[in-house]
This record gives sequence, C-alpha cells and structure tokens, in this order.
Amino acid sequence: MKFLKTHEWIDVNGKKAKVGVSDYAQEQLGDIVFVNLPEIGTEVVIGKAYTDIESVKAVSEVFAGCSGKVVAVNEELLDAPEKINEAPYDSWIAEIEFTKLQDDLMDEAEYKSYVESQQ
Amino acid sequence: MAKYTPHTSEDVRDMLQRVGVESVKDLFNDVDKSIRRTEPLNIPEGVSQFEAYNKFKSMAKKNVVIDTILRGAGSYDHFIPPTLPALVNRSEFLTAYTPYQPEISQGILQSIFEYQSYMCMLTGMDISNASVYDGATACAEAMHMCCDKKRKMIIAGAVNPQYTAVIETYATAGDFEIVCVPEGSNGKIDLCALENAIDDTVAGVYAQSPNYFGLIEDMKAVGALTSERKVKFVYIFNPVAAALLPTAAADGADIAVGEGQPLGISMGFGGPYLGIMTCKTAMQRRMPGRIVGETVDNRGNKAYVLTLQAREQHIRREKALSSICSNEAHCALTATVYLSLMGKEFINVAKQSVSKAHYFMERLTAIDGFTLKYKGEFFHEFVTECKLNVAKLNKRLLKEGCLGGLELDERTLLWCVTEKPSIEQLDTVIKVIKEVASCN
Amino acid sequence: MQLIFEKSVVNGRRALTLPEMNIAEYKLPEYREEIDLPEVAEIDVVRHYTGLSKLAHGVDDGFYPLGSCTMKYNPKLNEAVAAFEGFTAIHPTQPKETVRGWTDALNMLSDYLCEITGMDAITLQPAAGAHGEFTGMQLIKAYHKYNKDFGRKQILVPDSAHGTNPASANMCGFEIVTVPSNSEGGVDIEALKTLVCEKTAGLMLTNPNTVGLFDRNITEICEIVHKAGGLMYYDGANLNAVMGICRPGDMGFDVVHLNLHKTFSAPHGGGGPGCGPVGCKKALCKFLPLGVYGSKLPKDTASKSIGKVKSFGGNFLVALRSAVYIVTLGADGLLDASELAVLNANYLLALLKDKYPVAYDRICMHEFVLTAENIKHETGVSALDISKALLDFGIHPPTMYFPLIVHEALMFEPTETESKETLEYAADAMLKIYDKLYTNPQELHDAPISTAIGRVDEVQAARHPVLKYNK
Repeated sequence: MKFLKTHEWIDVNGKKAKVGVSDYAQEQLGDIVFVNLPEIGTEVVIGKAYTDIESVKAVSEVFAGCSGKVVAVNEELLDAPEKINEAPYDSWIAEIEFTKLQDDLMDEAEYKSYVESQQ
Repeated sequence: MAKYTPHTSEDVRDMLQRVGVESVKDLFNDVDKSIRRTEPLNIPEGVSQFEAYNKFKSMAKKNVVIDTILRGAGSYDHFIPPTLPALVNRSEFLTAYTPYQPEISQGILQSIFEYQSYMCMLTGMDISNASVYDGATACAEAMHMCCDKKRKMIIAGAVNPQYTAVIETYATAGDFEIVCVPEGSNGKIDLCALENAIDDTVAGVYAQSPNYFGLIEDMKAVGALTSERKVKFVYIFNPVAAALLPTAAADGADIAVGEGQPLGISMGFGGPYLGIMTCKTAMQRRMPGRIVGETVDNRGNKAYVLTLQAREQHIRREKALSSICSNEAHCALTATVYLSLMGKEFINVAKQSVSKAHYFMERLTAIDGFTLKYKGEFFHEFVTECKLNVAKLNKRLLKEGCLGGLELDERTLLWCVTEKPSIEQLDTVIKVIKEVASCN
Repeated sequence: MQLIFEKSVVNGRRALTLPEMNIAEYKLPEYREEIDLPEVAEIDVVRHYTGLSKLAHGVDDGFYPLGSCTMKYNPKLNEAVAAFEGFTAIHPTQPKETVRGWTDALNMLSDYLCEITGMDAITLQPAAGAHGEFTGMQLIKAYHKYNKDFGRKQILVPDSAHGTNPASANMCGFEIVTVPSNSEGGVDIEALKTLVCEKTAGLMLTNPNTVGLFDRNITEICEIVHKAGGLMYYDGANLNAVMGICRPGDMGFDVVHLNLHKTFSAPHGGGGPGCGPVGCKKALCKFLPLGVYGSKLPKDTASKSIGKVKSFGGNFLVALRSAVYIVTLGADGLLDASELAVLNANYLLALLKDKYPVAYDRICMHEFVLTAENIKHETGVSALDISKALLDFGIHPPTMYFPLIVHEALMFEPTETESKETLEYAADAMLKIYDKLYTNPQELHDAPISTAIGRVDEVQAARHPVLKYNK
C-alpha cells in the first residue's frame, strides 16, 4: 500500500489499483456522512480530484495517485459511509485500471513521518 | 423622529468611557478623511411613527384594490383565511434568523419539515428543500441540478415567459445553452419537435402543466420521452392544480418546481413569493438550499436539524451548485399553515377554481365575437380571442371593479378564475362584457 | 411535538370550509389519487402553530448577537404598513394608473438607497443578498463583454469572505482567485498587487470586513483593481456600521448589494424572505435587470439589460418595510443607528476582552470576533460549547466558526437597538461561562440544559436522511 501527500492510499494489484483515504484523513474529516462514488468509466488523472467525501460540516476532495479508468466502486459505502471512519484501509472507494502511477508515492513509513512533519 | 435605539446621553457617555475613546466620532478613525462624510445624507429628517403611518396609508390609498381579479399569469388571487396571518406573523416566527441553533429553533425547523412533507405530497416526489426565491428561480436552479458536462436545456411549449426569461438570464450567466421548442398551434407541447430537439448534448427538458395558457399538457408523454432519451425532466407545476392532477412523480419527473404563491401568499405586487423545489432521491446531493431532516437529541427526543449541508455555499464555496443562503422561509411557513388550515378542503379550492373557470369560459365564449383560442383541457386559466379591442374592454372592466384577462395581444386575453369570485360576480362581469360587445 | 399530520386522527374534520359553489363541478379527464391532507379543527391548527412558535427564538424573544446577520429590532410599524390591503392585494400586472402608491414608494426607496450607497441606479429585483451578488456579478460580466474585454474571467475574493461570494461568482462562470488577509484581517495589499492582471474582472469585498474592521486601505485597494481594469464589488452585509458616515460609491466601489433584511430592519422570517437590491455606478446602469425604479435614472438604464433575475419586480413587501424604516429614521436616524451599532459592539468588546482573546484587538466597527482557540487548547471547551452555554441564558449565540481565517471564531454583532443593560447581561453571561472553563468544563460540554431539546445528532441526520413525514 502506497500513499499520497493529499492523504489517499493506493493498493496496486497488477494493472488495477484500489484507492481510498488514509486514517489521518478520516480523522481530520470527522464523522463521514457521504461518499460521492465516481461513476464507473470515469477517467482519473494523477494529481486531480475525482470525487469528494462529506462530513457534517466539511467536504474533502479525493485526489488520484494514478491515471486510468474507474472499473469498480465500493457500493457498500453508499449505505455505510462510516466504514471509512471505522476501517479506512479496508474501505476502498474505487478500483482503477491504470495506465500510469504517480512517481513520488510514499510507502507506509515515509507517509507516517510525512504526517508527523505536518503536525 | 422615531428611533429604535434605547441609549440616553448618559449611557453613551459611560459606554465611551469604558471603551476608552472620547467621542462616538473617534470610533470611526479608520475611515479616511477623504471618504468620510461631513454633510448629512440627502434624505429628509426622520418623522414620528404616527406621521410615517399616515404617509404610507395615503400611498396605499393610491393603489386600487380590485374586487374581482380574473387574471393569473403567475400571480393568483386565492382566498387567504384571516387565521393565517394571525398565526404566521407571530413574532417568534417573524423575527428569527435561519434556524442554525436547533435547541431553540425546533418550531421553525419542524415547520420546514412539515413544509417539505407537504411539497412531497403535492408532487409525489421524494425530497423537497426549504424553498428558493420564487417559481422562476426554482426553474433556473433546476438547470444547475441537471447540467454537468452537458450544458443544454430545452424549454418545451408554453412555459410562463417570466420563468423563461429568468432561466435565460441564469443560462447566460453560467454559460448554458437554452433551446425553446415552441408550442404547436393547439397551444400545447409539440412532441415531435421536442423529440427531434433532444440530441446527445441535451441535459434536460422543462415542461409546464398547466402551461402558460392554462392547458393541461400530456406530461406522461414528456416523461416517457425524457426517460427513453436519458435526459432529466423538470416538471413545472401549479400547487393548486397539483391537488387534482396526476403528480409530477407519476408523470416521470426528475425535478418538480413551482410557484408557491397560490398557497395563502398575497399577490403583493409581485413578491415575496415562494419557490418550490422537489426532486427524486437520486438527485438529492444536487439540490440547492436548506434542507431539514429528522434526528434525535442527546436526551433521546425526536428533533429536527438543517442537514446535508455539505452541498451548500458556506461549506463548498465556489464548488457549490448554488449560492442561495437566505430563502423564503416565512413564505414556506405561510404555505404550510395554509395547507394545514385548509386540510382536505384544499381539494375543493382546486375543484371550485376549475369549475368556476369553465363556467366563466362557457358564458364568455357564448358572447358574439368571443372564441376560445385553444380547445384542449384547461385548469383555471384559458385564452380567448375576440373582435373587441381588449385594452378598451379591460379599461371598462376596471371601472366596474374587475381586473380582466392579461392582454397577450390586442385581440387576445389570458383569463384566470379561482375559487374566490362568487358566481354573482362572474355573472356581472359577463353582463358588462356583453354590453361592451353589443355597442361595437 | 407531533407533526400536524399526526394530529389528523378523525375523518371529516375541517378548519375552514368554502361556500357552496351552486354550479356543476367540472370533471377533469384524469385525477391523481386523493391527496392525503390532514383533517384538523381550526383550534387545533392554531394551537399547533402557536406551540411551534413557542419553540422558536426571534429578536423579540431575546438578545440575538448573530454576527454578520444584523439582527436588529424589526419595527411593528413596518409590519402594519406591509399589511395594508392597498399594498398586499395588488396584482403585479395591474395597469400603471392603479398602482401609483406602489410606484411612489419604490421610486422613493430606490432614490434613498442610491443616496445611502453613492450609486447612480439600483434594482430592487434580487430576493436576497446572495441573489444580489449573483446579479451584481452579471453586471460586471456584461460590462467587460460590452467592452469586448473577453479575457476577464477572474473574480478576486478574500479568504475571509462569506461562502456566497465565491459561489455567486462561480454561478456567473467566473474563476475564483483567493486573496489572502493581512495580519489585521484586511486585504493583503502586496498579495493583491501580484494577483491582479489582465484576467481580473473584479474584486468582491465587504467593508467593514468579516472580522468587523474597516479596511484602512480601501481607496488603495480600489485603485489597484481599477488600474488593472477590474471593477469593485461591495458586499453590503456590513453596511449597518457606516450609514451616513461613508458610502461605498465614495470608497471607489462600482457595484453594491444591500441586505434590506439586515441593515434596513425587515424581519428575517426564520430564514427569509429577504430583499437584496443591487446598485451601480453610471457606466454599469445600462446592464441592470429590467424594471428599475427611481426618479433620477441615467437615460440608458437597463438599455442593455442582463434580463430578469426574478418573476415580476422583486420582493416588494420586504422593500416596503425598509422604505418605512428609512422614512421614519431619516438621515439623522440612520447615522444615529450606525454610530450606536458601533458603540454597542465596542462596549461589549470592552466588557469581554480581558477574559476572551480577540482575533484583532483594536476599535471595531459594528461587530467583532473572539477566538476560543487557546481556550479549547487549554480546557477542551470549544466555541460550540460556549455558544450552547449561552442558550441557557436566553441569548442566541454569536456566529460560530466564521470567518474561516479565525480558529474557533465567535462573532458578535449586538446591533444598535440593544440597551446598555442587555449588553451587560450578555457580558455577564459570557464571564460566568468563562469561570466554568476552568472549574467545570463538563457543564459546558453538556449545555444547554434549559432548552426544549438538547444537542442533536447531526451525523445521523446526514447519514440516514429522513426529510419528510412518512405515514
């Protein structure tokens, strides 16, 4: 599992990758009330937002760590957005068939120290 | 002069002392001399409440209150029960702000929840917001809901020209494209032309029923067409007609909008009115404005609160679909209390309106020279053509205490009859028109 | 409290009945299934809504220092006038000769609003502040288009601005460029200089700004934007501080919107209706929406109109209340109102600032912002907790968490219509709350206790929306 500076995770498996948001991101947002799942077929681009997540008093964009096309979405989140709060790393938002991965993705240790440096 | 400030000169002196400045003028030292006024505003000095009351009383007298109003075209003269203002003008309702603090705002929040419920009853739709500015802006806001990548909307048939004008203003502002598909010679939507106009670039279709001419459109056919072509259907309805006609939801609407003024709100020379906006659940995150939802408090009570706020400008800022903040809450409250007072009798408001309109139409078109322009089924508005100069006719009617139909051109009038005028009043108007017709 | 629908328990009960019609009922070809409206007697409808009104809190119920909203007293005189049949029972398309009173009132109001703001013409059509912003942004868009200056796609908005500003500009197709604030909460002039360019369409500004301070650099700000070819837009949310003291037109603004339901005493009605007139300088008058009132309009007014932004003419019954207000107060009374609004704010600030940190500690205008950032850090009590504790004193809390540039913000706007004693009562309440910060913070987390309901579960409301009555 790799991480973005914008607090998303990406889990690569062959030509596909599952994506979600980090534990730090969910903690900052607070109680998540809605995940605006992208439509299947949506083209995503490295560094661009492809969807957003809502808490009661905030909305946060979710950025892509790869370029490609959305091939699946986690519909479970529609009825249970709180899963992201409970288990952020099991709660993937979308699966992307990618053509290119972002160059400077961080591994877990790097991300951890990045988050600490931000506080 | 009247003032609403309680300060005595001793108060001002003591307060300045505590603040630590010498004079009130010193509080404004940040205002540069170059822009600071030395002269008073060129507005007359203040007057007592007594004088102001009389001044406006005499202004009000210069307006003519017309007994028999046979005109609608977007503003409708229905009976307003006196109980209604007595309730809604209670100052707890009137002088409150938007209900940001649910602990002390349950009254307003619950009234909005009841309003939303009523609007969903009228339209059959899943979700209503807490109101927007008026029917026209409700139409315009619906464009923002429908359009994402595709930015073209179709206005089908005879939609109220005020609504079309406002939709066009919003479209120019937001760089949307509007295509009008004119009504057919029968005054109704030309379904073939509409079908041809829906191409891959179209996001949604507006249709109004009863339409501007009062005609009941085949909204099911429009709904079938929009659903087949996968474009959104914005259904413009009249809340009184909605008591009788098949619902917007049943006809396949994605969004139903309308002017709520007929629900107990005075004509008021044009406002404030009430923009009704409802939609299907699938579009709830694209709905503009306030929405109230049910929840619980920390003591286990049922409670209401503003919800789904992440849609709105104060959170989403430039990414919000609408900038609306203040809405027409007090008008929504008025509509709510009106519907509660009328209850099932509201259905009679609709039945009497449609029946009296047909009664009047039959007698009017029996007069030599008057014909019904469009033959389709209508609700409480209809269009006549006549040989008379309609401006002259209306002048005469005005003398007799009647506001005649709206002049669409010099031979054409758009009439409206609600439940309000009595049969005697309608008969009198017919008698006057007969006289005018026989003199020509 | 039960919903009105739940109080409908017996078939056939009516509050009101229409007179018999005595003609045949016309049968429509197709009907809906019968609409399930409630059947409740008049006395029960009356009690229901009277009961609901008791669960609401207005200016008439108690102190309402909600910052940026100008919750001043709403004179009953205005309500009486707005209820005259000669104003209410008038169809908007009645012939001119039957609406002379309306024309007089609206011309008079438009003239006065132009005088107060320093503008050349004003439209009464917009229904609220945000609607005014939307209208004003279109005037700016139309102006640049008319001058074939097609590249001006950017609107500058301070980071302290109300959310409606960027949202309204976005509705008009503009790209938003955020201007940072300086250490005094005003526009950062150096940053502004680097942000203006040939793409600049205009700058939206509130002055006094959203932290309650008058931007001392206002004329320079206008000059920078004008020099770059942009226009200046004045958000009138805070005009209550400066009536008769200085005018947006003289500061250098080109377009202004007002909130009649704030500054000019029209009641807010639980969220609306408002009225958001938009005034402009001569060069922009030709773009105004159709149907402008006023006795001294430039000749080309609305000749290149942006069209209509609302049905008919506007929220005239709201506008009428403001006309009554201005006539009653007059030039002297308006000035008095602004001066005392500023005095009240400074007095309340003086009573609080020894205990509560002020975001910008200097003489304020009609409102000020406290920050509970340190308090939260030290005690765990947030701006929200302090606000909720105020409810137990019968006081409506200040605006919370706005502007966004101040953490744990509490924005107080007492308005001019409050007495010294009321301000002292509020200050005393705040000081009592302060004492609890360090002795009994839990009590503040648990507040309020005296209200009809306690704190609500907003998460549940948003996660599982129940938005209407289901039988």
